Amino acid sequence: MSEQKLTGAQIVIKALKDQGVDIIFGYPGGAVLPIYDALFQQNDLKHVLVRHEQAAVHAAEGYARSTGKVGCVLVTSGPGATNAVTGLLDALCDSIPLVCLSGQVPTHLIGNDAFQEADTTGITRPCTKHNYLVKDVDNLARTLHEAFYVARSGRPGPVLVDIPKDVQFADGTYVPPAEVKHKTYRPQVKAEMARIEEAIELIANAKRPVFYTGGGVINAGPFAAKLLTQFVKTTGFPITSTLMGLGAFPASDNQWLGMLGMHGTYEANLAMYECDVMINIGARFDDRVTGKLSAFSPGSKKIHVDIDPSSINKNVAVDIPIVGDCGAVLEDMLRIWKARAKSVDKPALKEWWGKIEGWRSRNCLNYNRTESVIKPQYALERLREALRGKDHYITTEVGQHQMWAAQFLPFDQPNRWLTSGGLGTMGYGLPAAIGAQLAHPDAIVVDVSGEASFLMNMQEIGTAVQYRAPVKIFILNNQYMGMVRQWQELLHGSRYSQSYSEALPDFVKLAESWGCVGLRATTVAEVDQVIEKMLAVTDRPCIIDIAVDPKENCFPMIPGGKAHNEILFGPDDSPSDATPEDGMVLV
Amino acid sequence: MENAIEKHTIAVLVDNEPGVLARVIGLFSGRGYNIESLTVAEVNNADHLSRITLVTSGTRMIIEQIKAQLGRLVPVHRVHDLTDEGPSVERELALVKVAGTGDRRIEALRLADIFQAKVVDATLSSFVFELTGTTEQVDDFVGLMGQLGLVEASRTGVVAMSKGPAAF
Repeated sequence: MSEQKLTGAQIVIKALKDQGVDIIFGYPGGAVLPIYDALFQQNDLKHVLVRHEQAAVHAAEGYARSTGKVGCVLVTSGPGATNAVTGLLDALCDSIPLVCLSGQVPTHLIGNDAFQEADTTGITRPCTKHNYLVKDVDNLARTLHEAFYVARSGRPGPVLVDIPKDVQFADGTYVPPAEVKHKTYRPQVKAEMARIEEAIELIANAKRPVFYTGGGVINAGPFAAKLLTQFVKTTGFPITSTLMGLGAFPASDNQWLGMLGMHGTYEANLAMYECDVMINIGARFDDRVTGKLSAFSPGSKKIHVDIDPSSINKNVAVDIPIVGDCGAVLEDMLRIWKARAKSVDKPALKEWWGKIEGWRSRNCLNYNRTESVIKPQYALERLREALRGKDHYITTEVGQHQMWAAQFLPFDQPNRWLTSGGLGTMGYGLPAAIGAQLAHPDAIVVDVSGEASFLMNMQEIGTAVQYRAPVKIFILNNQYMGMVRQWQELLHGSRYSQSYSEALPDFVKLAESWGCVGLRATTVAEVDQVIEKMLAVTDRPCIIDIAVDPKENCFPMIPGGKAHNEILFGPDDSPSDATPEDGMVLV
Repeated sequence: MENAIEKHTIAVLVDNEPGVLARVIGLFSGRGYNIESLTVAEVNNADHLSRITLVTSGTRMIIEQIKAQLGRLVPVHRVHDLTDEGPSVERELALVKVAGTGDRRIEALRLADIFQAKVVDATLSSFVFELTGTTEQVDDFVGLMGQLGLVEASRTGVVAMSKGPAAF
């Protein structure tokens, strides 16, 4: 018999266990005490206590992206739930599967302005994939199982379940996951064969093709990344990726052009501009990639593989739309390619690669190495060398350091690169690193950070210490909000309004106050030493404060409103003829 | 022409659950889409299904986006573009209160008769008319009453149904 009588709180615990959850990130409060009581009386589900609910969600995101599982969060009503909003929106923008449980005031008090009451479902409706308010304990188990299904199916995303306190106390019946099927939501996973055949034809006859891949491949699982790699190697085509897709194809391979977009490489952006066939797998033609839409890749035919039909033909009209899971589509593509014994246009491809090598030779990531000041790119290059061959995960905060990390740290496997792309949330990196570290206790986890971003969620050092998560916080300290300062320099006449990091703490003393290791590098010679010391710390967090050149700007750069082949390479390039008005208004 | 603005009537079958209307409206307001009219009611009590009929306008690409965004909402069962899918019937209902005496009252009653509106309330100085018709007919009637002592008009917005035997 599948039914059992349990309290609502016990139903929550059982449902989470049956869904394969092993860690839940959360913070207690009045409305959620019954669940915390049930947590206390069991040992299978581990709870990680954060210091701010926003960090609970980011930690769950780091956990989810690094493992492929659904992340799990538990917060209380009112301010607990509203503190989680930024994290939920971050997960929605980057399509991360999460289930967030929030406490709520008892059902008879809802709508009465009770203590710590908030219209959680109303507030989180636009920032979650879906949300639920459970008013009857007999619906609780089914709703929880449905929530996990919705979170991980189709295009993944965050789902919130609001559970009133009286429902947590009440007795109800539990139903196991196998008995729960959603009435309507059945995302299309397998694509139409006719479309795939069309795409294969186009690919076989391409003269200047390019693969443009994104987060969709990562979400489809590591097998999808393997299939992608196989297909790309079979065709011999060049491949680029968005920020969210890094690692799906090995960066060490010669066919890898580097990341594309606003701070992407010259060769990647130009290959996209001049291609005749663009194969988009799991990316969404974001504005950071397209630049001015009217000038985006004007001469090319576009194939777009995406599991979300609303992503297709949203900003860019495509010729062959394919709705389906990236992994399933790649599998079909490879099978048909082999079955029809397709081959590529070798002479045309050779000529295309010749052109690409020409663009590569410009060495767009070059920077002015100097002994007098640590360049942020140099610090990342030394980090790259030190991590070579070691199993590592990288998270970042948001800003210039994030772009440099994407440019200078190579990834050969998926699920190793955790960053806030769509929402660009400062304060994401540290909690995400903690989530990733707890999922992979033996790996090296480095949070590449800026000093301004670090301050946003620095209270989470306490969480890392409590759970012995030896994350390494690699702060590229340039004393400014770097990306903001760069835009103010290029577009607002160097009027650095509110972008200077005043009143910074001594990061070494800060680390030591928490019982962690604090390191500092102020000269070029010290960089290798602190990196070596940092990697030797395995039982507690480590904060490394690297004083880098405050004036360094991140290049290449496509200024807002420009076409994606209008690229600035360095400080000597100034945005040609004043940036157009529609460029100024773009973030 | 790609940038021509088109008006479309879209019927959406949804789970009748708390918040589903807020979800649809939130989608439109959050993405800046236009709602010209919207009606909703439960159509299947056993399965808890409601039908939302909305009239929206935008370029072809926007209309396709609206349908795709509606389609991916979890409680949505089906989305039908009645304007695209073939001939359909559209109707609106209006309750129109008109006050007046003498010639204006006689003229109002005469026009109501012409439009086949029913009198659902009558006093010596006022009427409430009930009119069902296309949006254009209702617009015309309310416009005329505007010059004959219109006090208040209450309209439902468009409900629509495809012609022929197929569902929707």
